[in-house]
Amino acid sequence: MKRKLPLIITFCVGIIIIISEFIPHKPFGQISGELEIWFLIISGFAILLGQLSLLKVNFLKIKFKQKNWPFFVVTLVSFAIMVTVGIFWGTESNHGILGNGEGVASLIGSKPFDYLFNNVYQHLSATMFSLLAFFIASAAYRAFIARTVESNLLLIAAVLVMLGNTSLGSFLTGWLPQSLSFLHLPNIAEFIMKYPNTAGQRAIMIGAGLGLIGSSLRIILGIERSYLGGE
Amino acid sequence: MAINKNIDRRWIFLLIFFCVALPLIFIVGLPIETTENARLVHDLVQNTPSGSTVIISFDYDPGSKPELHPMAKAVVKNCFQRDIKIMVTALWPMGVQMAADIFSQLEPEFPDKAYGIDYVNMGYKAGGMVTIQAMGKNFREVFPSDVNGTPIKELPILNGVENYNNISFVCSFSAGDPGIKQWVQIVHDTYGKPVTGGVTGVSAPGILPYVNEQKQLNGLLAGLKGAAEYEFLVKSPGTATAGMDAQSLAHLLIIIFIAIGNINYWRNKKNAANAGGE
Repeated sequence: MKRKLPLIITFCVGIIIIISEFIPHKPFGQISGELEIWFLIISGFAILLGQLSLLKVNFLKIKFKQKNWPFFVVTLVSFAIMVTVGIFWGTESNHGILGNGEGVASLIGSKPFDYLFNNVYQHLSATMFSLLAFFIASAAYRAFIARTVESNLLLIAAVLVMLGNTSLGSFLTGWLPQSLSFLHLPNIAEFIMKYPNTAGQRAIMIGAGLGLIGSSLRIILGIERSYLGGE
Repeated sequence: MAINKNIDRRWIFLLIFFCVALPLIFIVGLPIETTENARLVHDLVQNTPSGSTVIISFDYDPGSKPELHPMAKAVVKNCFQRDIKIMVTALWPMGVQMAADIFSQLEPEFPDKAYGIDYVNMGYKAGGMVTIQAMGKNFREVFPSDVNGTPIKELPILNGVENYNNISFVCSFSAGDPGIKQWVQIVHDTYGKPVTGGVTGVSAPGILPYVNEQKQLNGLLAGLKGAAEYEFLVKSPGTATAGMDAQSLAHLLIIIFIAIGNINYWRNKKNAANAGGE
Protein backbone atom coordinates (compact mmCIF):
# COMPACT_ATOMS: atom_id res chain seq x y z
CA MET A 1 0.00 0.00 0.00
CA LYS A 2 2.95 2.28 0.77
CA ARG A 3 3.87 2.24 -2.91
CA LYS A 4 0.42 1.69 -4.41
CA LEU A 5 -1.21 4.78 -2.87
CA PRO A 6 1.25 7.31 -4.42
CA LEU A 7 0.89 5.51 -7.76
CA ILE A 8 -2.92 5.77 -7.59
CA ILE A 9 -2.74 9.48 -6.64
CA THR A 10 -0.29 10.16 -9.50
CA PHE A 11 -2.51 8.35 -11.98
CA CYS A 12 -5.70 10.17 -10.91
CA VAL A 13 -4.07 13.62 -10.82
CA GLY A 14 -2.31 13.09 -14.16
CA ILE A 15 -5.50 11.93 -15.90
CA ILE A 16 -7.57 14.82 -14.45
CA ILE A 17 -5.01 17.40 -15.60
CA ILE A 18 -4.89 15.90 -19.12
CA ILE A 19 -8.71 15.80 -19.38
CA SER A 20 -9.01 19.39 -18.07
CA GLU A 21 -6.81 20.59 -20.96
CA PHE A 22 -9.39 19.22 -23.43
CA ILE A 23 -12.56 19.80 -21.34
CA PRO A 24 -11.91 22.94 -19.26
CA HIS A 25 -15.48 22.87 -17.84
CA LYS A 26 -16.99 21.60 -14.57
CA PRO A 27 -15.88 19.50 -12.81
CA PHE A 28 -12.45 19.09 -14.50
CA GLY A 29 -11.56 22.78 -14.80
CA GLN A 30 -12.46 23.34 -11.16
CA ILE A 31 -10.50 20.33 -9.90
CA SER A 32 -7.42 21.19 -11.95
CA GLY A 33 -7.58 24.78 -10.61
CA GLU A 34 -7.68 23.41 -7.08
CA LEU A 35 -4.75 21.08 -7.82
CA GLU A 36 -2.73 24.03 -9.12
CA ILE A 37 -3.23 25.83 -5.80
CA TRP A 38 -2.12 22.67 -3.95
CA PHE A 39 0.99 22.59 -6.12
CA LEU A 40 1.83 26.20 -5.18
CA ILE A 41 1.48 25.36 -1.46
CA ILE A 42 3.70 22.30 -1.82
CA SER A 43 6.26 24.42 -3.78
CA GLY A 44 6.47 26.75 -0.75
CA PHE A 45 7.34 23.78 1.46
CA ALA A 46 9.91 22.64 -1.09
CA ILE A 47 11.87 25.84 -0.38
CA LEU A 48 11.98 24.94 3.32
CA LEU A 49 13.01 21.40 2.42
CA GLY A 50 15.80 22.80 0.25
CA GLN A 51 17.12 24.87 3.14
CA LEU A 52 17.07 21.87 5.49
CA SER A 53 18.85 19.80 2.85
CA LEU A 54 21.51 22.52 2.46
CA LEU A 55 22.11 22.49 6.22
CA LYS A 56 22.31 18.70 6.42
CA VAL A 57 24.65 18.26 3.43
CA ASN A 58 27.03 20.98 4.62
CA PHE A 59 27.02 19.79 8.25
CA LEU A 60 27.93 16.27 7.18
CA LYS A 61 30.77 17.50 4.97
CA ILE A 62 32.21 19.51 7.86
CA LYS A 63 31.69 16.67 10.36
CA PHE A 64 33.65 14.21 8.25
CA LYS A 65 36.24 16.86 7.27
CA GLN A 66 35.75 16.24 3.57
CA LYS A 67 37.97 17.94 0.96
CA ASN A 68 37.71 21.76 1.11
CA TRP A 69 35.52 21.55 4.23
CA PRO A 70 36.31 25.15 5.35
CA PHE A 71 34.31 26.38 2.31
CA PHE A 72 31.23 24.61 3.67
CA VAL A 73 31.72 26.44 6.98
CA VAL A 74 31.61 29.71 5.01
CA THR A 75 28.36 28.59 3.35
CA LEU A 76 26.74 27.78 6.69
CA VAL A 77 27.94 30.97 8.39
CA SER A 78 26.68 33.08 5.44
CA PHE A 79 23.36 31.24 5.50
CA ALA A 80 23.01 31.75 9.29
CA ILE A 81 23.84 35.47 9.05
CA MET A 82 21.30 36.16 6.29
CA VAL A 83 18.55 34.18 8.04
CA THR A 84 19.28 35.84 11.40
CA VAL A 85 19.30 39.44 10.15
CA GLY A 86 16.22 38.70 8.05
CA ILE A 87 14.30 37.30 11.00
CA PHE A 88 15.41 40.01 13.47
CA TRP A 89 15.08 43.16 11.38
CA GLY A 90 13.17 42.01 8.30
CA THR A 91 13.75 43.13 4.73
CA GLU A 92 13.01 46.38 2.90
CA SER A 93 9.31 45.59 2.67
CA ASN A 94 8.80 43.37 5.73
CA HIS A 95 9.11 43.83 9.50
CA GLY A 96 11.30 41.53 11.60
CA ILE A 97 10.67 40.20 15.11
CA LEU A 98 12.75 43.05 16.60
CA GLY A 99 10.77 45.66 14.64
CA ASN A 100 11.62 47.58 11.51
CA GLY A 101 15.33 48.02 12.35
CA GLU A 102 15.36 51.86 12.15
CA GLY A 103 18.28 52.03 14.62
CA VAL A 104 20.52 49.70 12.63
CA ALA A 105 19.38 51.25 9.35
CA SER A 106 20.42 54.73 10.54
CA LEU A 107 23.93 53.36 11.17
CA ILE A 108 24.53 51.50 7.91
CA GLY A 109 22.06 53.19 5.56
CA SER A 110 19.61 50.32 5.12
CA LYS A 111 18.35 47.25 6.95
CA PRO A 112 21.11 44.65 7.55
CA PHE A 113 19.52 42.11 5.18
CA ASP A 114 19.23 44.65 2.36
CA TYR A 115 22.70 46.03 3.14
CA LEU A 116 24.26 42.57 2.79
CA PHE A 117 22.19 41.78 -0.29
CA ASN A 118 23.06 45.03 -2.09
CA ASN A 119 26.69 45.30 -1.05
CA VAL A 120 27.87 41.70 -0.78
CA TYR A 121 25.61 39.21 -2.53
CA GLN A 122 24.89 41.24 -5.69
CA HIS A 123 28.56 41.94 -6.33
CA LEU A 124 29.72 38.40 -5.60
CA SER A 125 27.05 37.03 -7.90
CA ALA A 126 27.89 39.47 -10.72
CA THR A 127 31.60 38.67 -10.28
CA MET A 128 31.00 34.94 -10.70
CA PHE A 129 29.11 35.62 -13.94
CA SER A 130 31.73 38.07 -15.19
CA LEU A 131 34.51 35.52 -14.73
CA LEU A 132 33.00 33.72 -17.71
CA ALA A 133 34.43 36.39 -20.03
CA PHE A 134 37.98 35.44 -19.01
CA PHE A 135 37.40 31.71 -19.38
CA ILE A 136 35.59 32.08 -22.72
CA ALA A 137 38.54 34.06 -24.12
CA SER A 138 41.00 31.44 -22.94
CA ALA A 139 38.83 28.54 -24.15
CA ALA A 140 38.23 30.16 -27.56
CA TYR A 141 42.00 30.42 -28.10
CA ARG A 142 42.38 26.67 -27.55
CA ALA A 143 39.10 25.21 -28.82
CA PHE A 144 38.10 27.11 -31.98
CA ILE A 145 40.54 25.35 -34.30
CA ALA A 146 39.68 24.74 -37.97
CA ARG A 147 40.45 21.00 -38.06
CA THR A 148 37.49 19.69 -40.08
CA VAL A 149 34.77 21.04 -42.40
CA GLU A 150 32.30 21.08 -39.47
CA SER A 151 34.68 22.95 -37.18
CA ASN A 152 35.36 25.41 -40.04
CA LEU A 153 31.62 26.10 -40.33
CA LEU A 154 31.32 26.53 -36.57
CA LEU A 155 34.29 28.86 -36.50
CA ILE A 156 33.02 31.07 -39.34
CA ALA A 157 29.50 31.23 -37.86
CA ALA A 158 30.89 32.07 -34.41
CA VAL A 159 33.07 34.89 -35.71
CA LEU A 160 30.26 36.38 -37.81
CA VAL A 161 27.74 36.24 -34.94
CA MET A 162 30.29 37.62 -32.47
CA LEU A 163 31.03 40.58 -34.73
CA GLY A 164 27.43 41.10 -35.82
CA ASN A 165 26.16 41.17 -32.27
CA THR A 166 28.35 44.09 -31.28
CA SER A 167 28.62 47.71 -32.32
CA LEU A 168 31.84 46.76 -34.07
CA GLY A 169 29.86 44.90 -36.74
CA SER A 170 27.87 48.03 -37.60
CA PHE A 171 31.07 50.08 -37.55
CA LEU A 172 33.04 47.74 -39.86
CA THR A 173 30.42 47.25 -42.58
CA GLY A 174 28.18 50.27 -42.05
CA TRP A 175 29.67 51.95 -45.15
CA LEU A 176 28.36 49.26 -47.52
CA PRO A 177 25.80 50.50 -50.09
CA GLN A 178 22.15 49.42 -49.82
CA SER A 179 22.56 46.92 -52.68
CA LEU A 180 25.16 45.04 -50.61
CA SER A 181 23.28 45.26 -47.31
CA PHE A 182 23.13 41.45 -47.15
CA LEU A 183 26.89 41.59 -46.43
CA HIS A 184 26.37 43.94 -43.50
CA LEU A 185 27.63 42.00 -40.44
CA PRO A 186 24.56 42.57 -38.20
CA ASN A 187 22.35 41.34 -41.08
CA ILE A 188 24.51 38.21 -41.52
CA ALA A 189 24.40 37.55 -37.75
CA GLU A 190 20.62 38.03 -37.75
CA PHE A 191 20.28 35.61 -40.69
CA ILE A 192 22.37 32.94 -38.94
CA MET A 193 20.36 33.30 -35.73
CA LYS A 194 17.01 33.42 -37.51
CA TYR A 195 17.35 30.48 -39.91
CA PRO A 196 20.10 27.88 -39.26
CA ASN A 197 19.99 28.41 -35.49
CA THR A 198 16.21 28.39 -35.26
CA ALA A 199 15.95 25.28 -37.44
CA GLY A 200 18.38 23.40 -35.18
CA GLN A 201 16.74 24.66 -32.01
CA ARG A 202 13.26 23.64 -33.23
CA ALA A 203 14.47 20.13 -33.97
CA ILE A 204 15.86 19.89 -30.43
CA MET A 205 12.65 21.34 -28.95
CA ILE A 206 10.41 18.90 -30.84
CA GLY A 207 12.60 15.98 -29.75
CA ALA A 208 12.59 17.16 -26.14
CA GLY A 209 8.82 17.69 -26.25
CA LEU A 210 8.19 14.15 -27.49
CA GLY A 211 10.56 12.82 -24.82
CA LEU A 212 8.68 14.78 -22.17
CA ILE A 213 5.32 13.34 -23.28
CA GLY A 214 6.80 9.83 -23.16
CA SER A 215 8.27 10.34 -19.67
CA SER A 216 5.02 11.87 -18.37
CA LEU A 217 2.98 8.94 -19.66
CA ARG A 218 5.39 6.49 -18.07
CA ILE A 219 5.01 8.27 -14.71
CA ILE A 220 1.20 8.55 -14.95
CA LEU A 221 0.84 4.89 -15.88
CA GLY A 222 3.18 3.81 -13.08
CA ILE A 223 5.85 2.35 -15.38
CA GLU A 224 8.46 4.87 -14.23
CA ARG A 225 8.66 4.74 -10.41
CA SER A 226 12.09 6.13 -9.60
CA TYR A 227 10.51 9.31 -8.14
CA LEU A 228 9.19 7.16 -5.28
CA GLY A 229 12.74 6.28 -4.25
CA GLY A 230 14.32 2.84 -4.25
CA GLU A 231 14.08 0.61 -7.35
CA MET B 1 58.63 35.53 -31.03
CA ALA B 2 56.65 32.38 -31.68
CA ILE B 3 53.35 32.29 -29.90
CA ASN B 4 53.30 29.07 -27.98
CA LYS B 5 50.10 27.03 -27.60
CA ASN B 6 50.82 26.91 -23.88
CA ILE B 7 50.78 30.67 -23.57
CA ASP B 8 50.24 31.68 -19.95
CA ARG B 9 46.49 32.16 -19.50
CA ARG B 10 47.14 35.12 -17.25
CA TRP B 11 48.22 37.19 -20.27
CA ILE B 12 44.90 36.45 -21.93
CA PHE B 13 43.06 37.38 -18.73
CA LEU B 14 45.02 40.63 -18.43
CA LEU B 15 44.25 41.64 -22.04
CA ILE B 16 40.55 40.85 -21.57
CA PHE B 17 40.57 42.93 -18.39
CA PHE B 18 41.99 45.97 -20.22
CA CYS B 19 39.67 45.48 -23.21
CA VAL B 20 36.65 45.52 -20.91
CA ALA B 21 37.80 48.13 -18.41
CA LEU B 22 39.27 50.82 -20.68
CA PRO B 23 36.21 51.39 -22.92
CA LEU B 24 34.09 51.72 -19.79
CA ILE B 25 36.35 54.54 -18.61
CA PHE B 26 37.10 56.14 -22.00
CA ILE B 27 33.85 55.80 -23.99
CA VAL B 28 34.46 55.23 -27.72
CA GLY B 29 30.81 55.65 -28.79
CA LEU B 30 30.55 52.95 -31.47
CA PRO B 31 27.28 53.06 -33.47
CA ILE B 32 24.23 51.12 -32.30
CA GLU B 33 21.95 49.58 -34.87
CA THR B 34 18.50 48.26 -34.01
CA THR B 35 17.25 44.83 -35.02
CA GLU B 36 13.71 43.84 -35.93
CA ASN B 37 13.34 41.92 -32.66
CA ALA B 38 14.08 45.01 -30.56
CA ARG B 39 11.75 47.14 -32.69
CA LEU B 40 8.93 44.63 -32.16
CA VAL B 41 9.28 44.96 -28.38
CA HIS B 42 9.32 48.74 -28.66
CA ASP B 43 6.29 48.79 -31.00
CA LEU B 44 4.30 46.64 -28.59
CA VAL B 45 4.88 49.09 -25.74
CA GLN B 46 4.28 52.12 -27.97
CA ASN B 47 1.00 50.70 -29.32
CA THR B 48 -0.38 49.83 -25.90
CA PRO B 49 -3.02 52.41 -24.90
CA SER B 50 -2.29 54.64 -21.91
CA GLY B 51 -3.96 53.45 -18.72
CA SER B 52 -3.64 49.76 -19.68
CA THR B 53 -2.20 47.29 -17.19
CA VAL B 54 0.73 45.05 -18.08
CA ILE B 55 2.68 42.38 -16.22
CA ILE B 56 6.45 42.73 -16.02
CA SER B 57 8.07 39.63 -14.57
CA PHE B 58 11.56 39.83 -13.10
CA ASP B 59 12.82 36.28 -13.58
CA TYR B 60 16.51 36.81 -12.87
CA ASP B 61 18.96 37.34 -10.05
CA PRO B 62 22.07 39.51 -9.53
CA GLY B 63 24.22 37.13 -11.62
CA SER B 64 22.45 38.30 -14.78
CA LYS B 65 21.96 41.87 -13.61
CA PRO B 66 24.54 43.50 -15.94
CA GLU B 67 22.68 42.21 -19.00
CA LEU B 68 19.03 42.20 -17.93
CA HIS B 69 18.80 45.16 -15.57
CA PRO B 70 19.43 47.86 -18.22
CA MET B 71 16.75 46.47 -20.54
CA ALA B 72 14.26 46.06 -17.69
CA LYS B 73 14.90 49.64 -16.63
CA ALA B 74 14.44 50.94 -20.19
CA VAL B 75 11.15 49.04 -20.65
CA VAL B 76 9.77 50.15 -17.26
CA LYS B 77 10.76 53.73 -18.09
CA ASN B 78 9.02 53.51 -21.47
CA CYS B 79 5.86 52.16 -19.78
CA PHE B 80 5.92 55.04 -17.29
CA GLN B 81 6.35 57.55 -20.13
CA ARG B 82 3.28 56.07 -21.81
CA ASP B 83 1.24 55.98 -18.57
CA ILE B 84 0.98 52.21 -18.65
CA LYS B 85 0.26 50.60 -15.28
CA ILE B 86 2.73 47.93 -14.21
CA MET B 87 2.08 44.80 -12.18
CA VAL B 88 5.39 43.25 -11.15
CA THR B 89 5.80 39.54 -10.49
CA ALA B 90 8.88 37.37 -9.94
CA LEU B 91 9.38 33.69 -10.67
CA TRP B 92 12.88 33.93 -9.21
CA PRO B 93 13.23 34.75 -5.49
CA MET B 94 15.64 37.63 -6.04
CA GLY B 95 13.62 39.13 -8.86
CA VAL B 96 11.72 41.05 -6.17
CA GLN B 97 14.84 42.98 -5.17
CA MET B 98 15.76 43.52 -8.82
CA ALA B 99 12.36 45.13 -9.45
CA ALA B 100 12.56 47.23 -6.27
CA ASP B 101 15.96 48.53 -7.37
CA ILE B 102 14.65 49.67 -10.76
CA PHE B 103 11.63 51.47 -9.29
CA SER B 104 13.83 53.23 -6.73
CA GLN B 105 16.21 54.32 -9.55
CA LEU B 106 13.31 55.72 -11.56
CA GLU B 107 11.62 57.44 -8.62
CA PRO B 108 13.42 60.81 -9.00
CA GLU B 109 12.60 60.88 -12.72
CA PHE B 110 8.91 60.01 -12.21
CA PRO B 111 7.96 61.53 -8.85
CA ASP B 112 4.26 61.51 -9.78
CA LYS B 113 4.12 57.72 -10.16
CA ALA B 114 2.50 56.29 -7.03
CA TYR B 115 2.86 52.78 -5.66
CA GLY B 116 -0.44 50.91 -5.71
CA ILE B 117 -1.87 53.24 -8.37
CA ASP B 118 0.67 53.25 -11.21
CA TYR B 119 2.68 50.18 -10.27
CA VAL B 120 2.63 47.34 -7.78
CA ASN B 121 5.10 44.67 -6.76
CA MET B 122 3.34 41.35 -6.13
CA GLY B 123 6.53 39.60 -5.04
CA TYR B 124 7.94 36.14 -5.63
CA LYS B 125 5.84 33.04 -6.01
CA ALA B 126 7.28 29.53 -6.24
CA GLY B 127 5.84 27.06 -8.72
CA GLY B 128 7.06 28.38 -12.09
CA MET B 129 4.76 27.29 -14.90
CA VAL B 130 1.92 26.26 -12.56
CA THR B 131 1.95 29.75 -11.00
CA ILE B 132 1.52 31.28 -14.47
CA GLN B 133 -1.25 28.81 -15.24
CA ALA B 134 -3.06 29.52 -11.96
CA MET B 135 -2.81 33.28 -12.59
CA GLY B 136 -4.79 32.71 -15.79
CA LYS B 137 -7.77 31.58 -13.71
CA ASN B 138 -7.58 34.16 -10.94
CA PHE B 139 -4.72 36.44 -9.91
CA ARG B 140 -6.22 36.91 -6.48
CA GLU B 141 -5.84 33.28 -5.48
CA VAL B 142 -2.15 33.27 -6.44
CA PHE B 143 -1.37 36.75 -5.10
CA PRO B 144 -3.82 37.57 -2.31
CA SER B 145 -1.55 40.46 -1.26
CA ASP B 146 1.41 42.43 -2.60
CA VAL B 147 5.05 42.14 -1.46
CA ASN B 148 4.36 44.43 1.54
CA GLY B 149 1.41 42.31 2.66
CA THR B 150 -1.21 44.85 1.51
CA PRO B 151 -4.39 42.97 0.52
CA ILE B 152 -5.11 43.10 -3.20
CA LYS B 153 -8.51 44.83 -2.66
CA GLU B 154 -6.71 47.82 -1.12
CA LEU B 155 -4.58 48.33 -4.25
CA PRO B 156 -6.42 50.61 -6.75
CA ILE B 157 -4.23 49.46 -9.66
CA LEU B 158 -5.74 45.98 -9.40
CA ASN B 159 -9.38 47.06 -9.38
CA GLY B 160 -11.08 44.95 -12.01
CA VAL B 161 -7.94 42.98 -12.80
CA GLU B 162 -8.90 39.33 -12.39
CA ASN B 163 -6.83 37.39 -14.91
CA TYR B 164 -4.97 37.73 -18.21
CA ASN B 165 -8.12 39.05 -19.92
CA ASN B 166 -7.52 42.34 -18.09
CA ILE B 167 -3.85 42.56 -19.06
CA SER B 168 -2.49 44.10 -22.29
CA PHE B 169 0.73 42.11 -22.47
CA VAL B 170 3.29 40.24 -20.41
CA CYS B 171 6.98 41.13 -20.47
CA SER B 172 9.46 38.76 -18.87
CA PHE B 173 13.13 39.45 -18.22
CA SER B 174 14.47 35.99 -17.93
CA ALA B 175 17.79 34.38 -17.07
CA GLY B 176 16.65 30.78 -17.38
CA ASP B 177 14.00 28.45 -16.10
CA PRO B 178 11.29 29.35 -15.06
CA GLY B 179 11.11 32.35 -17.32
CA ILE B 180 10.05 33.69 -20.67
CA LYS B 181 9.50 30.24 -22.23
CA GLN B 182 6.84 29.37 -19.63
CA TRP B 183 5.13 32.76 -20.07
CA VAL B 184 4.92 32.11 -23.84
CA GLN B 185 3.59 28.59 -23.41
CA ILE B 186 0.79 29.66 -21.06
CA VAL B 187 -0.02 33.33 -21.60
CA HIS B 188 0.29 33.37 -25.38
CA ASP B 189 -0.41 29.79 -26.37
CA THR B 190 -3.30 29.22 -23.94
CA TYR B 191 -4.74 32.70 -23.37
CA GLY B 192 -3.69 34.43 -26.61
CA LYS B 193 -2.15 37.49 -24.96
CA PRO B 194 1.03 39.06 -26.37
CA VAL B 195 4.26 38.12 -24.61
CA THR B 196 7.55 39.91 -24.98
CA GLY B 197 10.74 40.34 -23.00
CA GLY B 198 14.47 39.99 -22.81
CA VAL B 199 16.99 37.25 -22.12
CA THR B 200 20.72 36.90 -21.56
CA GLY B 201 22.93 36.62 -24.65
CA VAL B 202 23.72 32.95 -24.04
CA SER B 203 20.09 31.88 -23.75
CA ALA B 204 18.86 33.90 -26.77
CA PRO B 205 19.44 31.12 -29.38
CA GLY B 206 17.13 28.81 -27.42
CA ILE B 207 14.35 31.40 -27.17
CA LEU B 208 14.53 32.85 -30.71
CA PRO B 209 12.37 30.06 -32.26
CA TYR B 210 9.41 31.56 -30.37
CA VAL B 211 9.77 34.79 -32.37
CA ASN B 212 7.84 33.59 -35.40
CA GLU B 213 4.92 34.33 -37.74
CA GLN B 214 2.44 33.30 -35.03
CA LYS B 215 4.05 35.93 -32.77
CA GLN B 216 4.35 33.50 -29.88
CA LEU B 217 6.91 35.99 -28.68
CA ASN B 218 6.49 39.60 -29.72
CA GLY B 219 10.14 40.46 -30.31
CA LEU B 220 13.05 39.73 -28.03
CA LEU B 221 15.81 41.78 -26.42
CA ALA B 222 18.88 39.56 -26.52
CA GLY B 223 21.72 40.31 -24.11
CA LEU B 224 23.47 43.61 -23.64
CA LYS B 225 23.03 44.48 -27.31
CA GLY B 226 19.26 44.09 -27.03
CA ALA B 227 19.31 46.37 -24.00
CA ALA B 228 21.42 48.97 -25.84
CA GLU B 229 19.06 48.79 -28.81
CA TYR B 230 16.06 49.49 -26.57
CA GLU B 231 17.89 52.37 -24.89
CA PHE B 232 18.55 53.72 -28.38
CA LEU B 233 14.90 53.33 -29.41
CA VAL B 234 13.63 55.19 -26.33
CA LYS B 235 16.44 57.77 -26.73
CA SER B 236 17.69 57.17 -23.22
CA PRO B 237 21.29 55.91 -23.26
CA GLY B 238 22.21 54.04 -20.11
CA THR B 239 24.59 51.40 -18.83
CA ALA B 240 23.92 49.04 -21.77
CA THR B 241 24.95 51.68 -24.31
CA ALA B 242 28.11 52.35 -22.31
CA GLY B 243 28.82 48.62 -22.06
CA MET B 244 28.57 48.01 -25.81
CA ASP B 245 32.03 49.47 -26.47
CA ALA B 246 33.54 47.13 -23.89
CA GLN B 247 31.67 44.14 -25.29
CA SER B 248 32.71 45.01 -28.87
CA LEU B 249 36.40 45.22 -27.99
CA ALA B 250 36.25 42.03 -25.89
CA HIS B 251 34.67 40.17 -28.85
CA LEU B 252 37.34 41.54 -31.17
CA LEU B 253 40.06 40.33 -28.81
CA ILE B 254 38.49 36.86 -28.66
CA ILE B 255 38.47 36.75 -32.48
CA ILE B 256 42.16 37.73 -32.49
CA PHE B 257 42.87 34.90 -30.02
CA ILE B 258 40.99 32.46 -32.26
CA ALA B 259 43.10 33.60 -35.23
CA ILE B 260 46.34 33.16 -33.24
CA GLY B 261 45.24 29.70 -32.09
CA ASN B 262 44.57 28.67 -35.70
CA ILE B 263 47.84 30.07 -37.02
CA ASN B 264 49.65 28.07 -34.33
CA TYR B 265 47.75 24.93 -35.19
CA TRP B 266 48.54 25.13 -38.89
CA ARG B 267 52.17 26.00 -38.29
CA ASN B 268 52.60 23.06 -35.90
CA LYS B 269 50.87 20.80 -38.42
CA LYS B 270 53.19 21.98 -41.20
CA ASN B 271 56.26 21.50 -38.99
CA ALA B 272 55.13 17.99 -38.08
CA ALA B 273 54.60 17.15 -41.78
CA ASN B 274 58.05 18.51 -42.68
CA ALA B 275 59.67 16.53 -39.83
CA GLY B 276 57.87 13.36 -41.00
CA GLY B 277 59.07 13.89 -44.58
CA GLU B 278 62.75 14.26 -43.65
